[in-house]
Amino acid sequence: MQKFTTLKGVAAPLNMINVDTDMIIPKNYLKTIKRTGLGKHLFAEMRFDEQGREKPDFVLNKGPYRGATILVAGQNFGCGSSREHAPWALLDFGIRCVIAPSFADIFFNNTFKNGILPIALPEARVNELLRFLLELPGAEITIDLPAQTVTGPDGKVDTFEIDAFRKHCMINGLDEIGLTLEKAAAIATYESRIAKERSWV
Amino acid sequence: MAGSAQPRTMFEKIWANHIVVDRPDGYTLLYVDRHLIHDGSYFAFQRLKSRNIKLRRPDLSFGTPDHYMPTDTRRKEDITNPNSRRMVTSLAIHGAETGVTVFDIGDRRNGIVHVVGPEQGITLPGITLVCGDSHTSTHGAFGCLAFGIGSSEVTHVMATQCLWQKKPKTMRITVDGHLGKGITGKDVILAIIAKIGAAGGTGYVLEYAGSAIRGLSMEGRMTLCNMSIEGGGRAGMIAPDDATYQFVAGRPYAPKGAEWDAALARWQALPTEDGAVFDREVTLNGPDIAPMVTFGTSPEDAVAVDGVVPDPAAATDVVKREGLTRALQYMGLRPGTPIGDISVDRVFIGSCTNSRIEDIRAAAAIAKGRKAVVPSWIVPGSGIIKEQAEAEGLDRIFKDAGFEWREAGCSMCLGMNGEIGRPEERIASTSNRNFVGRQGKGVRTHLVSPAMAAAAAVTGRFTDVRRLLD
Ligand code: SF4
Repeated sequence: MQKFTTLKGVAAPLNMINVDTDMIIPKNYLKTIKRTGLGKHLFAEMRFDEQGREKPDFVLNKGPYRGATILVAGQNFGCGSSREHAPWALLDFGIRCVIAPSFADIFFNNTFKNGILPIALPEARVNELLRFLLELPGAEITIDLPAQTVTGPDGKVDTFEIDAFRKHCMINGLDEIGLTLEKAAAIATYESRIAKERSWV
Repeated sequence: MAGSAQPRTMFEKIWANHIVVDRPDGYTLLYVDRHLIHDGSYFAFQRLKSRNIKLRRPDLSFGTPDHYMPTDTRRKEDITNPNSRRMVTSLAIHGAETGVTVFDIGDRRNGIVHVVGPEQGITLPGITLVCGDSHTSTHGAFGCLAFGIGSSEVTHVMATQCLWQKKPKTMRITVDGHLGKGITGKDVILAIIAKIGAAGGTGYVLEYAGSAIRGLSMEGRMTLCNMSIEGGGRAGMIAPDDATYQFVAGRPYAPKGAEWDAALARWQALPTEDGAVFDREVTLNGPDIAPMVTFGTSPEDAVAVDGVVPDPAAATDVVKREGLTRALQYMGLRPGTPIGDISVDRVFIGSCTNSRIEDIRAAAAIAKGRKAVVPSWIVPGSGIIKEQAEAEGLDRIFKDAGFEWREAGCSMCLGMNGEIGRPEERIASTSNRNFVGRQGKGVRTHLVSPAMAAAAAVTGRFTDVRRLLD
């Protein structure tokens, strides 16, 4: 997994609530048997018309937002299907951080596993950021994961919450499987206890 | 545990039973009793293989291809997209390599993963169950902790049979009183989501309680728990009772004999104790719930069939107003339109929400002696359900009424197998998501119960099913 420490980049405003994983990566593209290359289909139905031409008013088709590495959106981002193609597509496009007032649980978990940082900020502040970004296309946001801060284009600094374990894994690019396999003895002990207590399981 | 005076919720008991390691930072390594796998689990198997890790407990893992398989054929060779064909065919191959039981295409036990688990007795009260699919919440209908995970977590479970989890909060949703005639689990859950919102349950495990919930059949309870995720809840659960035990008893993978007795004794101790505290309580009045229809592009956009399409202008918050405006534009609906005036182009009865025998019977009761006036599909949830429905003569009722009777699978719920609608086509669907483009580009999905879908099929519009009963 790619490490994440600090990130300074163009932030794209996606002023919508309940952005679901079907929007992030429509199902047609789930037929791929590769995890890479999905970025060109990110938000496909909102981004392209029937003929595959760019829709000019979609945010990621506009000037500086094309190179966005940060996405700012409304509440309940990533709701719907558990498809990990959603973070894969975001990552492949170049998005490393999503800022929203809230995230759907499964998507939230999936992002960390792929080196994308989801940051929840208060709704009022997200709305403020959205307004800024709409007015100043190409404005940048700076994320400092070790310090847990987000610096907006207005210079205002917000701190954000992240649990220590996830932060540690992100900063060091660690993957959980290796860590869990170290607990093999505890897992085996649990299994032998349950085999006696609840043999039908 | 012994002597703990604090009354506990069912969730807390199940959680406590599955702790392998508790870490000081609040993470728990939680044991997974059952892992369900489908054709979308391709990546996880590949990753396991590439890292040369053995699948830890193939005996606790069960697979069934469902998403990518067309429902007009049972021959994998007929899948035209080569990648889709690869996903379907590789499940059995991966199963054989790792020792995981797979109910493959052609096996009568094959079907939608969330239908197959309970049907085979793989889903049991008190267990933890995960699957790389968000509708894994379905299985909570049996009083177990079941939730969807992403592909990385699927790989993690394959490798370790465990998951690192932080304890979620709990919410109890109580629905008391009798449900009216023709009101189903689908209407109840749509009413709940309309009330709490699509993100209302985020961070919570939901427990459904109250007399209206207890009165639901296991099929109804599965429909209810299935859509927990549409209300943001990762898991939904219902206390096991006699209906649960009757459903489970005798199923192929359910405990038998002395093990059954021991299991039953444990299961009976699972329900939430009086006085247990939830982080949030929500109540609904059962008799107030009417047949529900969604009008927008989020499952929270649901109203009673005798209601009207709401006016976005009435929404107080700007983002909400814009969202609703966009949704109505996509759906081709004007504010104030009575739901009963909306005509449909197509009907889909199926999906892990509503493809079980009771759902098919409810649709057949409406279809009987009537004629479908729009193309209407019935897609049973498993080969076994298909057989049972045929044994009951339900397929004949549907065929006589002009419905199409198909093979088991996810089908038009998601259309990953190529079964999709046309742009601007309006579909009355018994599935669980009405998202933009879910059933095909530009397709307008309205979520309803099976009886309401059948009523739409025979009248060509949303019709209050209560008027067609008797
Ligand atoms: S029926 Fe639909 S929601 Fe259910 S598992 Fe299949 S695609 Fe997913």
